[in-house]
Amino acid sequence: MNRMRWLPRLALALILAATAAVMAVPVVLTFTNSLMTDREIGFDYGLIGQMTDAASGGKDAFVQLKIIPDWLSFGQYRQVLVQSPKFLRMFWNSAAMVAPIVAGQAAVASLAAYAFAMLRFPGRDKLFLLYLMTMLMPFQVTLVPNYMVVDALGLMNKEAAIVLPGIFGAFGVFMLRQFMSHVPRAYAEAAKIDGAGQPTIFLRIALPLAKPGLAALTVLLFVDNWNMIEQPLVFLQDSFKQPLSLYLAQINQEARGVGFAASTLYMAPMILLYSYAESYFVEGVQLSGLKA
Amino acid sequence: MSRLRIRPFGEGTAALLFLAPSAIGFSVFYLIPFALGVLESFTDRTLGGSFVGLANYKALLASGSFRKAAANTLLFTGISVPLLIVLSLLLALLLNRSLPLRKWLQSAFTLPLVVPVASVVTVWQIFFDWNGTLNEWLHRAGAERIDWMQSDWSMGVLVLLYIWKNIGYDMILFLAALQSIPKDYYETARIEGAGALRQLRHVTLVYLTPAMFFVVLISIVNSFKVFRETYLLAGDYPYDRIYMMQHYMNNLFFSLDIQKLTSAATLMVGCIVVLAAGLLAFERRFRESME
Repeated sequence: MNRMRWLPRLALALILAATAAVMAVPVVLTFTNSLMTDREIGFDYGLIGQMTDAASGGKDAFVQLKIIPDWLSFGQYRQVLVQSPKFLRMFWNSAAMVAPIVAGQAAVASLAAYAFAMLRFPGRDKLFLLYLMTMLMPFQVTLVPNYMVVDALGLMNKEAAIVLPGIFGAFGVFMLRQFMSHVPRAYAEAAKIDGAGQPTIFLRIALPLAKPGLAALTVLLFVDNWNMIEQPLVFLQDSFKQPLSLYLAQINQEARGVGFAASTLYMAPMILLYSYAESYFVEGVQLSGLKA
Repeated sequence: MSRLRIRPFGEGTAALLFLAPSAIGFSVFYLIPFALGVLESFTDRTLGGSFVGLANYKALLASGSFRKAAANTLLFTGISVPLLIVLSLLLALLLNRSLPLRKWLQSAFTLPLVVPVASVVTVWQIFFDWNGTLNEWLHRAGAERIDWMQSDWSMGVLVLLYIWKNIGYDMILFLAALQSIPKDYYETARIEGAGALRQLRHVTLVYLTPAMFFVVLISIVNSFKVFRETYLLAGDYPYDRIYMMQHYMNNLFFSLDIQKLTSAATLMVGCIVVLAAGLLAFERRFRESME
């Protein structure tokens, strides 16, 4: 496939780079606009959401997305970080829900994945298929039953209503099983001959070899849960418990003036994580693509 | 297998212990609730209602909002998934060669995947608003402005956002699959006089098929997640054309119409299981035919 001359190759790279740049626009704009004063934002974007209509006598007025602010200002950040405690509260809410989900799912799933990948037991493949099918279901499918269970356990309006189902999600089991099934059987057999029990094989062989898989899972779970919207919408009516994703949905409508800074702070951990652990992220996606 | 019986602590017991934490939580939060939901869908009220057969399903199928939501979901998935697959495959084919900036390009196309929906929603709003940037461009070009979010165009907007977010995911999967095709297959094809197009059709696309099944499946699953974009852009009751199953089900939940909701959920699960089982069966048959 490397038969192309350098000129068409350069042209192709430039076209692709232009496409990629266009795709990055929403992210870049969110960042640059976070450095505007909220007066400038009110002035520039004030017309958004209002029905002006040339036909009904109104003027043709439009809003341009602005890339470079007229005035650089950290006013939005000061507003969001210092003057309104709600933002930090919700940032913390997000973190306090996502961290236990990631850690919990990684722990529970690595145990289960070991059983699925390295042990033989009756009904194994059928049970795994059940996990796989559950993984494919949209959240709304288990909405009512989940609600009933959460209610019965007395978890309504508590963070645990989101954290516990999150921990037992099927994705981690699926991904780590893919990873562990590449551990050569001979390793486990050799350890067994040396008298190692299953816990030892799990801790000393499977887990260390699955480390990249665990890292990939961590990154993917972080990204997915940081973005959660469906679950808190249903299970957390109390707005002081809600995560940032829902807060931003409100702030964007009410106070657009600080929305960009809040959004930037909200996406920053994910972008940092991505730039730091991109290879794990890519590997995680690839692994999720191997056949069952 | 006979060793299982001799050993006091065999693989079966070990598997049980390793599986226990996951299986218990999985049952409590997913399996049992789901089974209860299926039962609910055949009764007339929540918990302890009497059996009413398919009455809930009849009511559901007769409901105008359900039909609208189901039709919109099918339409959205039917448009967005094929489009996404074609575009991401094209991208993967273009990137699967030595290019300047290749690594950087790959990262850039994957970036939207990690950006939380809620953080860029304002930019989308400003772009697609009645007074927004896109309409300004139209205006400058001398065209009438379009109410993007309050017309059938709204589905186009969602298709665009879906592709923006997911193209990197599918591209990674296709790139991995492309790199696993042995180079000598192309060599052989070339020696037999196959041009670039023939190589694409008879080598690349054939050996991509197994990966394709999974990409299709995961793209459909991801197409259901467009609820997030819809909800953040358009709220509880978006324009008719983008009122999809997830929205419908969320609203049933908040209006406490549990019977209809559980029936809708059961139907949806049925569809997904049939689809997934179909794809897996196809994949198996394909793999056997290749051997």
